Amino acid sequence: MTSPLQKKLKISDSSVVTANRTWDGVVVYRTAAKGWSADLADAAIVRNSDEAKALLAEAVADDVGAIGPYIAPVQIGEDGKILPGNLREQIRRDGVTIDLPV
Amino acid sequence: MYAYDEIDRTLVNERVSEFRDQVQRRLSGELTEDEFKMLRLQNGVYLQLHAYMFRVAIPYGTLASNQLRQLAHVARKYDRGYGHFTTRQNIQFNWIKLSDLPDALADLAEVGIHAMQTSGNNMRNVTSDQWAGVAPGEIEDPRIWSELIRQHTTLHPEFSFLPRKFKIAITASDHDRAAIKVHDIGLRLIKNEKGETGFEVLVGGGLGRTPFIGKTIKHFVHGRDLLSYIEAILRVYNQYGRRDNIYKARIKILVHELGIEKFSREVEEEWQHIRNSSLQIDDEVIEDIRSRFIYPAYEKLPHMPDELRQAAADPDFEAWRKNSVAAHKNPGYSIVTISLKPIGAPPGDATAEQMDALADLADKYSFGEIRVGHEQNLALPHVAKRDLPALWKALDKLGLATPNVNLITDIIACPGLDYCSLANARSIPIAQELTRRFANHELANLIGRLHINISGCINACGHHHVGHIGILGVEKNGEEVYQITIGGRADESAALGNLIGPGVKFDEVADVIEDIVEAYLALRERPEELFVDTVKRLGVEPFKERVYATR
Repeated sequence: MTSPLQKKLKISDSSVVTANRTWDGVVVYRTAAKGWSADLADAAIVRNSDEAKALLAEAVADDVGAIGPYIAPVQIGEDGKILPGNLREQIRRDGVTIDLPV
Repeated sequence: MYAYDEIDRTLVNERVSEFRDQVQRRLSGELTEDEFKMLRLQNGVYLQLHAYMFRVAIPYGTLASNQLRQLAHVARKYDRGYGHFTTRQNIQFNWIKLSDLPDALADLAEVGIHAMQTSGNNMRNVTSDQWAGVAPGEIEDPRIWSELIRQHTTLHPEFSFLPRKFKIAITASDHDRAAIKVHDIGLRLIKNEKGETGFEVLVGGGLGRTPFIGKTIKHFVHGRDLLSYIEAILRVYNQYGRRDNIYKARIKILVHELGIEKFSREVEEEWQHIRNSSLQIDDEVIEDIRSRFIYPAYEKLPHMPDELRQAAADPDFEAWRKNSVAAHKNPGYSIVTISLKPIGAPPGDATAEQMDALADLADKYSFGEIRVGHEQNLALPHVAKRDLPALWKALDKLGLATPNVNLITDIIACPGLDYCSLANARSIPIAQELTRRFANHELANLIGRLHINISGCINACGHHHVGHIGILGVEKNGEEVYQITIGGRADESAALGNLIGPGVKFDEVADVIEDIVEAYLALRERPEELFVDTVKRLGVEPFKERVYATR
């Protein structure tokens, strides 16, 4: 399987690095402080391929903290708020779009 | 029910201890994710969008009431209070923590449940007819043979690192409820002219990115040769199956590329080497397995008891009985299908409370036994007819008496983009909207048998290719788009559906399905002509015209 670091990266817009926390699988985002946060607002924003590669490399190196890191698109609102860049990432942040059975 | 022995219990317990150690080493950093991934997959642990997903095997779809209670316990203690029954007689928990998994597995092991054969490139849970052992006209209980294969293949090193996952299904009835033609190996239990038990063997069926209907590779394999013949197939697959391209690694691709004749010759040659080996099954082995399937002590009961006669005056009961109750091999009993498709709810989900209550009802009315079908419904296989009215009332209170089995709202759907990391589009909200559109029971009955299958990506976990109406979600320019096929079926006349035209947007899917159904009602020759038969008679064109004329 191709390592995420070997994949070609084309970053033309704001992006973050996201993964799932190892011990419980919760969605997390890589922060500028070289850690992970479950809050998208804390995510480090990258805006070009070099920045994205560097952030991803750092995330991949933290194999104990989180698994499956990848670069995900985000949108920056007028108020500076970070928003998910597509439906998949919106669901990962907000949870399922249906009512749970309980 | 099948009574496991000490060997089974030891195996399952040792597996838990082994996985507990692996999880500890993973959490401490001793194992990397690359090293751990295969180990967790071999224990049914996937990573989904929001959390880990834990898939638990229900071999050949048979559950005891204490096992169902333990599944409820796992849902309640380690997850969010519900589970999702899948299209391959498994149950999935969607929110489990890796750190809790060893304890969850240990709790399940107490009642003989495990997660082996639910993931990874190995032999998967061997599935069977959910009415096995009770269906009228069945040749014999196919679970005996499912269990034989389960015992032989579980943790078998030769089948643990296959090119890709491998699925076997077995049926012993004329009507195929196990979808054997869309499995890697499909087995149809038959008798030869001497009255000996054997199997028609199909190979190379499957759905996903490249769907194929299985082809008959041998018309009769004697029961004593079943393991050697399956092993011969797997050896050929192991030798020639592609490992360089995940999309071309399933046996269906190998069978297609070699051609069934050449593939068959390869298998035959291999088989001759091993046919008379220790793989030949002694009658005593089969009899030993057969003896461990414990059947209820049925009473001799009337075919039409007073309780049933009186309840027939209640139209709601009658609607449920006609829809959900099937004939049993013993005339005083019935098979009751329990719809896990209430209107507006996710298909196949059951809460812990429902599971507990169903376990109690199984104890009271079905000799403590529950079955799981690939249609994502449950069944109580041994219900005395006199108990049907009381059972119906109890199920109704639990929200489990929706009389929609095999009707348009009995939808099969994968978890889709709400849960699955592979999905491109949502499945469950589409299913929910469709059940609301067709909630009227008279309308659903007027339409008749109609299976809708929904998949949120090309991997086809919702078996959309073989839905009478199949809905496939894809992603196009950042939007969810749904392709509609019609004319598929998963039974003994299995066929792949045909695309009716360009994909439609999320908000249009229910309208399109309504158009297709209205076209069918106008086009069918008589009320008894099923949707799928009308499509077979007329092709997709009239439906296509109806759908796209105004779009």
